[in-house]
Amino acid sequence: MSKIHVSTTVNGDAVEYLCDPRETLLDCLRDKLSLTGAKEGCGTGDCGACSVTLDGRLVCSCLVLGVEAEGKEIGTVEGIADGDVLHPLQQKFIDYAALQCGICTPGILVAAKALLEQNPDPTEEEVRFWLAGNLCRCTGYDKIIRAVMDTARDMREAV
Amino acid sequence: MQYHSPASFAEASQLAAAATGTTRFLAGGTDVLVQLRADIVTPDTLIDIKKIPGTRDITRNADGSWTLGVAVSGAEMGEHAALVADWPGVVEAMNLVGSTQVQGRATLTGNLCNGSPAADSVPAMVAAGVTATVTGPNGERKVPVGSIPTGPGRTSLAKGEVVSALHIPARGEHAGDAYLRFIPRSEMDIAVVGCAVNLRLDGDTISEARVSLGAVAPTVLLVEDAAAAIVGSTLDDAALDRLAAAASAACKPINDKRGTIEFRTQVAGVLARRVARIAYARAKGEIIKGHHG
Repeated sequence: MSKIHVSTTVNGDAVEYLCDPRETLLDCLRDKLSLTGAKEGCGTGDCGACSVTLDGRLVCSCLVLGVEAEGKEIGTVEGIADGDVLHPLQQKFIDYAALQCGICTPGILVAAKALLEQNPDPTEEEVRFWLAGNLCRCTGYDKIIRAVMDTARDMREAV
Repeated sequence: MQYHSPASFAEASQLAAAATGTTRFLAGGTDVLVQLRADIVTPDTLIDIKKIPGTRDITRNADGSWTLGVAVSGAEMGEHAALVADWPGVVEAMNLVGSTQVQGRATLTGNLCNGSPAADSVPAMVAAGVTATVTGPNGERKVPVGSIPTGPGRTSLAKGEVVSALHIPARGEHAGDAYLRFIPRSEMDIAVVGCAVNLRLDGDTISEARVSLGAVAPTVLLVEDAAAAIVGSTLDDAALDRLAAAASAACKPINDKRGTIEFRTQVAGVLARRVARIAYARAKGEIIKGHHG
């Protein structure tokens, strides 16, 4: 099986990899670029643990082929912090202990960041619906939702 | 698996016509890649149509009709204010499919060609009178979208044929559409019953109507008796009773873990009443937001 050369941008950095056309973007991020923040939970687009942005649009990287990333801009959880300074969502998730095992957390951070960029003042209902595709089997969601709502408030007040 | 990303639909059609084994077209991938990863369908040839110019475009034509590229995502439809204003039912149906992440990729055309009887957007498209351009080895043909799914997982598309655009009619005056589905939870589920209504008013009286049901038969249904039940009425209680009875009578559902035959049949009537009321109110100019509006 011949491999396909892909040039893409991940968190602002130009990267290249060779992939089999069956490999997913998630496989490529984790196995070829060593970006292991995005997790494989279900592998079928149900759990959201592999959430990334593709040209700014929230997607499941398990439902994107590696070859489809050609010429695109990918954003992963590794690109959320500004150097050593955590993104407000990351800090709030720590403050609120909005995680337990942590497998879902990278996907939820990427998804929540995408929400706040589109809607800086979401209602709780809007947060819950936006994150309906990010499953967490530990927390019961309450702390996650509160962390996102509080981050949104802090970020609005900081503007 | 051979991966191709042709530059035109003519080229995509030629690739598919010449391919041996299983061929799939890739738009949003939210069904194709799930089937690939679950070893349900492993294509020998995968043809990614997203490099073809125009596949991401939402275009309002001079006559008020709409042309949608086949890779337009549900999220892009939901963010298009003018499309939402004209066809809120079509958009709300598409926006019910999957999660935010799935909405970032999933397409109307994919929902149609996946051939699921429970596809949310398909009844809404059928009610709206959406047509598809199909590009094949012998050129293009235009067909009503309802003629494409022929049964669970099956379509009327011949070898080498690919849907290359969708066309939504001009909305026109005093008209509205709506879609509702029943699921046992509030999000992230597959329709037990789906119902779409598209109607036009002359004053307070319904002058035209199309009623469509999903998930109650092997394919989407256009229920002419249900439309006839409300045309000429002001959607009074008697008309709603006739509508519900006609919708239920059209059901040929299966029993499965999502719902029994009896349940689906009754819910089809209940949803038809609710959907017709929303479509009527929208035709009167009311703004009624969808579930995700």
